[in-house]
Amino acid sequence: MDPDERARFEQVVLPHLDGAFNLARWLLRNRGDAEDVAQEALLRAYRFFGGYHGGDARAWLLQIVRNTCHTFLEKNRPAELMTEFDETHYPQTGGSPEAQAIAGDDRERLSRALEELPPRFREVLVLRELEGCSYKEIAAITAVPIGTVMSALSRARKQLQLALVASQGKEVAS
Amino acid sequence: MSCEVKNKSLHGYLDGELDVVRAAEFEQHLETCPECLAELESQESLRASLQQAQLRQKAPAALRKRVLHKLPKSPGTSQFAAPPPWLAIAAALLLMVAAAGWRVLTIRSGATAQAGLSAEIIDAHVRSLQPGHLVDVLSTDQHTVKPWFNGKMDFAVPVHDFSDEGFPLQGGRLDVIQGRTVAALIYGRRKHEVNLFIWPENRSGDENARSSSSRGYQWISWRKGGMEYWLVSDLGLPDLEILQRLVAQ
Repeated sequence: MDPDERARFEQVVLPHLDGAFNLARWLLRNRGDAEDVAQEALLRAYRFFGGYHGGDARAWLLQIVRNTCHTFLEKNRPAELMTEFDETHYPQTGGSPEAQAIAGDDRERLSRALEELPPRFREVLVLRELEGCSYKEIAAITAVPIGTVMSALSRARKQLQLALVASQGKEVAS
Repeated sequence: MSCEVKNKSLHGYLDGELDVVRAAEFEQHLETCPECLAELESQESLRASLQQAQLRQKAPAALRKRVLHKLPKSPGTSQFAAPPPWLAIAAALLLMVAAAGWRVLTIRSGATAQAGLSAEIIDAHVRSLQPGHLVDVLSTDQHTVKPWFNGKMDFAVPVHDFSDEGFPLQGGRLDVIQGRTVAALIYGRRKHEVNLFIWPENRSGDENARSSSSRGYQWISWRKGGMEYWLVSDLGLPDLEILQRLVAQ
C-alpha cells in the first residue's frame, strides 16, 4: 500500500468528521457514545480505505458511520431499533395549525421531537436537513433504493410535525 | 384529502430533487391546488425552524485529535477488509476465484520497481480519461480494432470484445509506458472505463495475477505467453477480476 495513503485519507475522509459525529450523535442520542462510535467508524474507514475508489467520500464515510451505529445499537440497545412511530399517540390536525405550532418552536423542543422519532426516520431527516445530503447520497448511506428516499422523508417530516404539535399541546396544558 | 401530485412531487420539489420539467409542472399545479400550497408552506416553515435551531453538532476537537493519534501509519492492505455490503460480494467472488485455482497476491511495499510501474500505469489511465484521450480507434468491433494495431505495433495485439459478459470493448489506443509504446484496449463497465495495457515482455515465464490499489484506482497485472498485461480502473477488485479471467482465458 502506498505510504501516501494516510495523507490522502486525512485529506479526503477526515474533513467529514463533523458529519460523522453529527450522524452518530443523532442516531445514538448521546454525546459520549457518539464520540466512541464515530472514532471506531473512522478507524474502520481507514482499514477499508483500499476499497474506496474515489467518488463521494462523505457518503462513503457516513455509510460506515451509519452501519457502525446500527451495530452498536443492536448490541447495546436492541429495543431502540424496533421502535415504530405510534401515530395514535398524536392528535391528527389539519394543514395550517401545524405551521403555526412550529413557527414558535424553540431549539429544545425541536431537538427532543427529532430524538423521539424512530431511527430510520431520524436518520433520513438528519442526513437531509442537517447534513444537506442529496437523495442519491441518502440512498447510498441508508442502503435503500433512491425511489424510496422521498417517501421516507415525507413520512419522517409528517411525524416530526405531529410530535411538535403534541409537545406544544403538553406545554400549554402544563 | 390527499392530492395525488402532492404525494408524488411535493417533497422532491422542496428538496430540489425534481428535474426541470417536473418542477415546472409542480409549480403550475400549485396555482390551482390550495392543499399543496398549504402543505408546501408548512414544510418550508418546518425546514426554516430546523435550520434556525442549528441542530448540527460539530465533532469535539478532542475527538479529532484522538482519531489522528490512533490512525496507524498506513491502512491495511488486505482486500478482505471491504465494508458491507461489498464485503459479501467480494467474499463470494474471492471464493469463486479460489475455486478456480487462481491466486491474487497483494504487492507489498518492498517491490519498488513494481510500484513505479503501477504508478505509471495509473497515470496513463488517468491521462486517458481526459477529454479526447481515451481512444484512437473508436469501435466496439474487435475485427476493426485488431487490424488497426497492425503496423503500429511489432506484435499482434490480442483483441476480444466481452460485451456479452458485461465488458463491451470501446476501442483502442497507443500509449507509452516506461518509454516503450504499448497497446491499450478500453472496456466499459456500467459508467466506468477500464484500460488494458499490453506489451511483449522479454523476461521468460508466466506470472500469476497480482493486484493492488493506489490513489483510488485498482489494478491487476499478469504475464502470459511472453506478454505483459495490466488492467486498471476505478472499478472495484471483484469487477476487475471478472475481466481479468476473461482476458486471460
